[in-house]
Amino acid sequence: MKFNIWSILKIFAYAAIILFFLFPIAWILNMSFMTNDEILRKVPVLFYEPTLKNYIGIWEGEISIPGFATMYIYFKQNLINSAILSSFSVALTLVLGVPAAYAFARYKFKGGEDIAFTLLSFRFAPALLIIIPLNLYFTQIGLYDSYIALIWVYQLITLPLLLWIVRGYFEDISPDIEYAYRLDGHSWFQSFWKISIPLAKPGIAAASLLCFIYAWNNFVFALILGSSAIQPVTVGALAFITASAIPYGLIACGIVVSVLPTLILALFIQKYLVQGLSLGAIKG
Amino acid sequence: MKINRKLFPYVLTLPALLVCVGILIPFFTAVYYSLQRYNLKMPHMKGFIWFDNYINIFTDASFWNTIKVSLTYTFFTIIVELLLGLGIALLLAKRNWLNNILGVLLILPLMIAPALASLIWKLMINPNFGIVNYILSFVGLSEFTWASHPDTVLFTLIMVDVWVFTPFIMVLLLAGLRSLPRQPFEAAELDGVPEYYKFFRITLPMLFPFILTASLFRLLESIQQFDIIYALSQGGPGESSMVFQVSAYLHTFQYTNIGKSAAMMVVLWAICYFLCHVFVQQWQKLKIKTKGELLQ
Repeated sequence: MKFNIWSILKIFAYAAIILFFLFPIAWILNMSFMTNDEILRKVPVLFYEPTLKNYIGIWEGEISIPGFATMYIYFKQNLINSAILSSFSVALTLVLGVPAAYAFARYKFKGGEDIAFTLLSFRFAPALLIIIPLNLYFTQIGLYDSYIALIWVYQLITLPLLLWIVRGYFEDISPDIEYAYRLDGHSWFQSFWKISIPLAKPGIAAASLLCFIYAWNNFVFALILGSSAIQPVTVGALAFITASAIPYGLIACGIVVSVLPTLILALFIQKYLVQGLSLGAIKG
Repeated sequence: MKINRKLFPYVLTLPALLVCVGILIPFFTAVYYSLQRYNLKMPHMKGFIWFDNYINIFTDASFWNTIKVSLTYTFFTIIVELLLGLGIALLLAKRNWLNNILGVLLILPLMIAPALASLIWKLMINPNFGIVNYILSFVGLSEFTWASHPDTVLFTLIMVDVWVFTPFIMVLLLAGLRSLPRQPFEAAELDGVPEYYKFFRITLPMLFPFILTASLFRLLESIQQFDIIYALSQGGPGESSMVFQVSAYLHTFQYTNIGKSAAMMVVLWAICYFLCHVFVQQWQKLKIKTKGELLQ
């Protein structure tokens, strides 16, 4: 009898978890294929003819609503901005972070742990504390509203993340292979490039994808440091939802388009993702 | 060209450090601003006023309200996320097809930007067509006010935070649970130790380092939460959901009072620093303790 009560509770728990955590994603996806009339029904419609009109509208950036003037939206530009900002941030993080991670893993040097900890601690400073003065500085030196400024500030999120994950990977690789290779007369750089990096490749790949996701998802930096010309989808979507004249189907569609890249990426790399998240958190 | 062996690690870490030091400068600038009367609308009034900004905010009832709201938000998000995350991790600990699929699918909310997650919920709780109120109408709760009423706005924000970040705790604890050594459990099994005893005496203590790490990460993020609150309520209605960073944002960009908002951020930074410090100390103690136990 006791067994039965437990299994019923368990089924109930599974159902509740799935409903709470996964239903919102499914429902937004569902809404993005609906017309505005279908969404606004008091009783939700379950069977309807899915339409791609919302997606086409977002892509073309021209929306005509009956009774209103034609509206223009810049969502495509936001998507392009997100792609530019995230990929260049990750590229810069790789160039800066991988050698540093290697140094932290391989060498015991004075102040090494302190430097590593300082780099990690940047993750914990309140974002606005730094951005408000930066905003004034960037305005003065003409960097306000430029990709370069944002890519630089994004290093605050991506660099510590990459450092801690990749460092763990380098630590797991035995230095003997590198020594052997160098004894053959190869330089340090050759052994780093030909031996160390290929061996740590899974870690580097996973860390970069995680960094990409975090950069893509950032909101506050771009909200303050950029105008609409360079803002990513996270900020763009917010402007979208507060402009009340835009139909809800389009808003849902905008949300779907902006979260889909990270979701697909997450599904592909989920194994590394879990490893990276737990490693980064536990070792850090 | 040969670089000194001793200097070499510094050469490798220097570029990363330089980029981040570029961030340290604004940090000190902010501390400096916090000691000034600095309002963008009154540039001629700019001047050094020592701690007046701090006295000003600490005698201001609305700042105390901000502290109260921030701490309430932090407290409830962490408690709920920890309990829920632990529960889900325990439920999914056994490897089978359903648990494996759910373990993957449940990280999806974490991969959605918090600002966008807020927008998803905003559409779902819309009073006109939101699916949540429709479902709730079956239990007679169709008039639930969500983010539009001071009494329910914090609940709504905490719910969205729980939706986004419980998976983070779940991922950590699940990884922890699956990495625990088998022997203590097998020994307990042989001795016929009851389940709850096994849980409180073996699982929980061994999982404790993971729980501690997860809570620190969440604690620091939660007390600094901006995205969710800005996207969903902007601190309103009134000041009922006004947390640190949203308040500082409004003080900077609406009231252009840079000095005051810098002072607020320095206070928040001090709180975070203090929490971090206490935590690292506890962590070290715990490490020594568990090492000692392993040696015995």
